[in-house]
Amino acid sequence: MQVPVEKKLEMLRSMMLTRAFEDTLQELCQIQGKIPGMMILCTGQEAVGSGVCAALEPNDFIISNHRSHSHLLAKGADPKALMAEIFGKRTGCNKGKSGTLHLSVPEVNAPCTTTVVGGGLPISVGVAFAQKYRKEKRVTVCLFGDGAADEGSFHEALNLASLWQLPVVFVCENNLYAGAQRYEEHTRVKSIAERAAGYPMPGAVVDGNDALKVYAATLQARDHAAGGRGPTLIECKTYRCRGHGETDPQHYQPKEEIALWKERCPIPRLQTELLSDGILSSEEIHRMEEAMREAVQEAVRFAEESPWPAIEEAFDDVYVTNS
Amino acid sequence: MQQLGMGQAVQQALREEMNRDPNVFLAGEGIGVSIHFNPYLPTHGLLDEFGPDRVKDTPVSEQAIAGLAVGASVAGLRPVVEIMFNPFFTLASDMIVNHAAKLRYLSGGKSTFPMVVRIKTGAGFGAGCQHSHNLEAWVAHCPGLKVVMPSTPADAKGLLKSAIRDDNPVVFIEDMMLYFAPGPVPEEEFLIPLGKADVKREGEHVTVVTWSKMVGVALKAAAQLEEEGIHVEVVDLRTLVPLDKETILASVRRTGRLVVLHEATRTGGFAGEVCAVVTEEAFSTLKAPFRRVTGPDIPVPVSPPLERFYIPDEEKLKAAIREIL
Ligand SMILES: Cc1ncc(C[n+]2csc(CCOP(=O)(O)OP(=O)(O)O)c2C)c(N)n1
Repeated sequence: MQVPVEKKLEMLRSMMLTRAFEDTLQELCQIQGKIPGMMILCTGQEAVGSGVCAALEPNDFIISNHRSHSHLLAKGADPKALMAEIFGKRTGCNKGKSGTLHLSVPEVNAPCTTTVVGGGLPISVGVAFAQKYRKEKRVTVCLFGDGAADEGSFHEALNLASLWQLPVVFVCENNLYAGAQRYEEHTRVKSIAERAAGYPMPGAVVDGNDALKVYAATLQARDHAAGGRGPTLIECKTYRCRGHGETDPQHYQPKEEIALWKERCPIPRLQTELLSDGILSSEEIHRMEEAMREAVQEAVRFAEESPWPAIEEAFDDVYVTNS
Repeated sequence: MQQLGMGQAVQQALREEMNRDPNVFLAGEGIGVSIHFNPYLPTHGLLDEFGPDRVKDTPVSEQAIAGLAVGASVAGLRPVVEIMFNPFFTLASDMIVNHAAKLRYLSGGKSTFPMVVRIKTGAGFGAGCQHSHNLEAWVAHCPGLKVVMPSTPADAKGLLKSAIRDDNPVVFIEDMMLYFAPGPVPEEEFLIPLGKADVKREGEHVTVVTWSKMVGVALKAAAQLEEEGIHVEVVDLRTLVPLDKETILASVRRTGRLVVLHEATRTGGFAGEVCAVVTEEAFSTLKAPFRRVTGPDIPVPVSPPLERFYIPDEEKLKAAIREIL
C-alpha cells in the first residue's frame, strides 16, 4: 500500500518526540526525588503507538496501558501536560493524581490508561459499544502487552466484542517480555494473533518495528470495524530494549538479543527510507531532532516551574460534586 | 541475633518451611526470575535453591494463581502464592473470597484448603492507587479467611511459618515499605501463633491499636509523647482474623482510652471493627470517646506532597491522642 508522505512524516515526528521525551525521563529519574514512582519506557517500541495513531481519525478512541507514552504522544497529547503530570504537579493533565502510570487525556480521546494488566481490554469493548450504540463511524483501539493476553479479561473482551461485532481493534504490543517472563515462558501459542481464531475475528501479525506496516494493518482493521464488520486482533512483534522499568537490571535479557533489536530500531529505519526517497534531507532530520529536544526541554521547564497541588486538592475529583 | 529486613525474614520462613515439608510450593508472577535482582526481597534465590518444580513463575493471571492454590491445597499440597500488589487482589478475589473462604463450609467440613496468599501492600513509593490500596478490611470481612499483617521481621517470620502450617486459607499481607528496615530475628526455629496480638510498648494513659507499617508510626509517637509524660500502650494486632479481643480489651480496660491507627482508608476500615468490639464489650471503662487515625477517603495520589499527606504519621496520631487525654 502507498502510505501518504504526510502520514510518514507524522509517524516519524511522533516516534522522535516519544524518544526525546523518554530519553529525558530516563535521565530525570536517575536524579533522586525528581520523579515519583516507577518509570516504564517504550524505547524501541515507538512504531506501534505511532503507526496505530496515524491510522486513526481524531475522534477515534484509544485505551492504553502502563507503557503509554508513545500511544498518548502519537494521539496528540500535550508533552507539557504529560511531563507535569509525571512530576506530580498541579498543572499535569491529571492534576498530579496519576503520575506516569495511568495518564488520562480525554482531550485527544484517550480517556483512560490503566496499569492493571489486561484492565483496558473490557473497557475498550465498552467504548466501542457506545460508538456502535450511537451509530457513529468511530472505532476504539486497545493497546496492551503480550502479558495481558494471559489475563482472563483478554479472553472475555475478545469474545464479547466478536459476539456483538463491536468496532474495536485490539493491538497487542508483543515486546517479547512480560516483566521478567520471556514470551515462551508465559504462553505456548506461537503468536498472540492466533488467538483471534478462537473468537472468531481476523488476526494479523505485523512487524512492530516498522511504523508503515503497523499503520497499514491498523488502517485495514479500522475500515473493517467502522464498516460494521467487527473487531480485529493485531499483534505487533517488537522488543523491549530497556528494562521493564528503570530499576530493572535486565539480567535475564541476553545482551546479544538487546543489541540485535537495537539494530532494528524503528526510528532510523523510517528515517533511512525517507532519506532514500528524497523526502527528507539529513539536515532536515537533524533539525527535527533539535525541535523535539527543544519541545521536551520546554515541557521539563514547565513541569519544574509548576506548583505542587495544595493538600486540600487531594480530596478533589473523587466524585463528581455538582450532580 | 541476626538482623534481617522483613523481606529476608519472609524468605527465611519460606525456605525453612520448604525444607521441612515437601508439599510446600510457591507460585506467582516473577517470584523466580524477577525484574528486581535484590537479595532483600522475599523470594530472591529460592528458584535456584528449590528448582522450577517448587518455585513456579506464572503468567500474568491472578485468577489462575489463586485458583491454583485452591485446587492444589484441596488435593493435599500446601501452596504459598503471591499477588504482586494489593489492588490486583481484586482479580484473584473470586477464587479467594468465593472459593477458598467458602468451600470448606460448603463441604460440611470435609475438604480443607491449607493455602497462603501473600500480598504486597502499602503506599509510599509513588506508584499511585492502582498499586497502593490497603484492602485488609475487605478480606477480614469474609468468614473462612485468616488475615495476617506483620509489623516486624521477626513477627513476619514466625507468623508466616504458622500460616503455612495452618489448615485454613490465610491471607498474609506484607507492607513493602518494611522490606528493607533491619530488625532482630531469632536464629532458632520459632512460630508465632495466629490470633495473638502483641503489646509492643506498655503505657497506662491510652491504648493505640494498630498493625503492619503503622506500628512503627505508633512507636515513634509514643516515644515522643513519653517526653511529655504521656504513656502510650501500643497493641500490634498482627492478625486481624482471628482477632485477639482479649488483648485489646485488657489494654483498654487499663488505659480507658482508645485510638486505632491504620493506613487504609477510613470508611469501612478495620478500625471501625476494633472500636465496635471495645464499645460493645468495655464501654463502661472508656474515659473518653475513641479516635480513628486512618488514610483519608481518597485513592492514593501520586503527587509526592499528596501521597505524604495520605499516609498517617506521628503528628496526626499525637493530635488524636491529645484530643482524648
Ligand atoms: C493485574 C496485574 N498484574 C500484575 C501487574 C504487574 N505488572 C505490571 S506490568 C507487567 C508485565 C506486563 O507485561 P505485558 O502485558 O507484556 O506488557 P509490557 O510490560 O511488556 O509492555 C506486570 C506483571 C499489573 N500491573 N497488573
